[in-house]
Amino acid sequence: MRAFGYTVARDPAGAVRTATNTPNATYVAGGTDLLNLMRDGAEAHDHLIDVNRLNLASITACSGTLRIGAAARMRQVAEHAGVREEFPVLSEALLASASPQVRNMASIGGNLLQRTRCGYFRDAGSACNKRVPGSGCPAITGQNRSHAVLGGSDHCIATHPSDLAVALTALEATVHLLGPGGERAVPIADFYLLPGSTPDQETAMRPGELITRVDVPRTDLAGRSRYLKLRDRATFEFAVVSVAAALRTRGGVVRDVRLAFGGVGTRPWRDTRAEAALRGRPLTPQAIQEAGRLLVADAKPYEGNAFKVELVQRALVSILGELGGLR
Amino acid sequence: MEVEMTVNGRARTVVLEPRVTLLDALRERLGLTGTKKGCDRGECGACTVLVDGERVKSCLTLAVMRQGAEITTVEGLARGDELHPVQEAFIKHDAFQCGACTPGQIMSAVACIDEGHAGSEAEIREWMSGNLCRCAAYQNIVAAVADAAKEVRR
Repeated sequence: MRAFGYTVARDPAGAVRTATNTPNATYVAGGTDLLNLMRDGAEAHDHLIDVNRLNLASITACSGTLRIGAAARMRQVAEHAGVREEFPVLSEALLASASPQVRNMASIGGNLLQRTRCGYFRDAGSACNKRVPGSGCPAITGQNRSHAVLGGSDHCIATHPSDLAVALTALEATVHLLGPGGERAVPIADFYLLPGSTPDQETAMRPGELITRVDVPRTDLAGRSRYLKLRDRATFEFAVVSVAAALRTRGGVVRDVRLAFGGVGTRPWRDTRAEAALRGRPLTPQAIQEAGRLLVADAKPYEGNAFKVELVQRALVSILGELGGLR
Repeated sequence: MEVEMTVNGRARTVVLEPRVTLLDALRERLGLTGTKKGCDRGECGACTVLVDGERVKSCLTLAVMRQGAEITTVEGLARGDELHPVQEAFIKHDAFQCGACTPGQIMSAVACIDEGHAGSEAEIREWMSGNLCRCAAYQNIVAAVADAAKEVRR
């Protein structure tokens, strides 16, 4: 790693001030992705601002909302009794991520901001429009097994690896930011950007902004949720395809449903068309398959990842079947 | 920068650049080479140590980020000649071949048991999955952890 400066921020406003006034600075919480990005030359920073002493690690249930501090650790959130009971998909997604050691270290905010696993992005010797705008995308005609079939462009087809982000997308969470311009809240549906012609711009965050917390609405639906993660190993591996689903039925008819997908889109992928196709209808394998077909209707497969088009449909059948008591 | 930590019960101070990982600080500056550098990117677990009682991958954190922390490395487990129950179990169950992953496995196992995640073979396999073993001593590692968990519960 190149040398860099390091300071410990004492309060959130101070952290933002330092970030704004220090060239090429970045925040560090757990550091579990950042350190590798710097080692690999995918990112380079001249200054790290430690955000672990800002009192942003609490998990608080308010009426109607669960507030998760951005500096809360993955393990802490996964084990939280309130999270396990009211948002099982969240706990499951976190426990399916990383390893026990990394879950002790990694923060919620950092998890949301982790970068893609695309091998070209993480290899400083490769062309990559995300890392070096305009240099090209070798994945489109090269190794693209872990890449997206939805939401891609001629510039980039990289997926976002966070399981937490997929779960929070299904739960319609809101990301709270503090920046030079003050506080603002961004719905998670708007937080991650499609690559388009600017794959280097991954989120709606502005320079100097710090994630302070994530708010999750407390709903009856959220309590009936699960996370299904399909991957090459039984554990300690990123998703090939994943689904976060929440489902409420009565008398076999779908009252409400939320669906978000990982591994298939260039960002955590919510499909409200597929949800609408299920809402108000009896939950049957046929209905789920129809929703799945809608999900992949605009899918663009590549040589290495075409299997995902079928796999995600099967994953949807599996998870909704389980949630809906069909299996 | 000056970093003060308590390592295996002793107060230690090191002066180093921010980019020095906790792993390198332990091995290169403090001479505690029991902790191993297997991959230096958080994928193998050989660098696992305890920080304030929790298991972490020391290659994935900087020494400067651990100001004031209590660190336990494999060198800090035994009390004199008396091995930790996990160390005893690893010997008893032949839970290592080349030994490269072993300190990380042991530190991870100590915490795994402490966390209450060693209740069954399946649970041990899942909760030890952050530690790889190229010699594939997994079967015996799991047996050792299960045995040590019983010992600790006693």
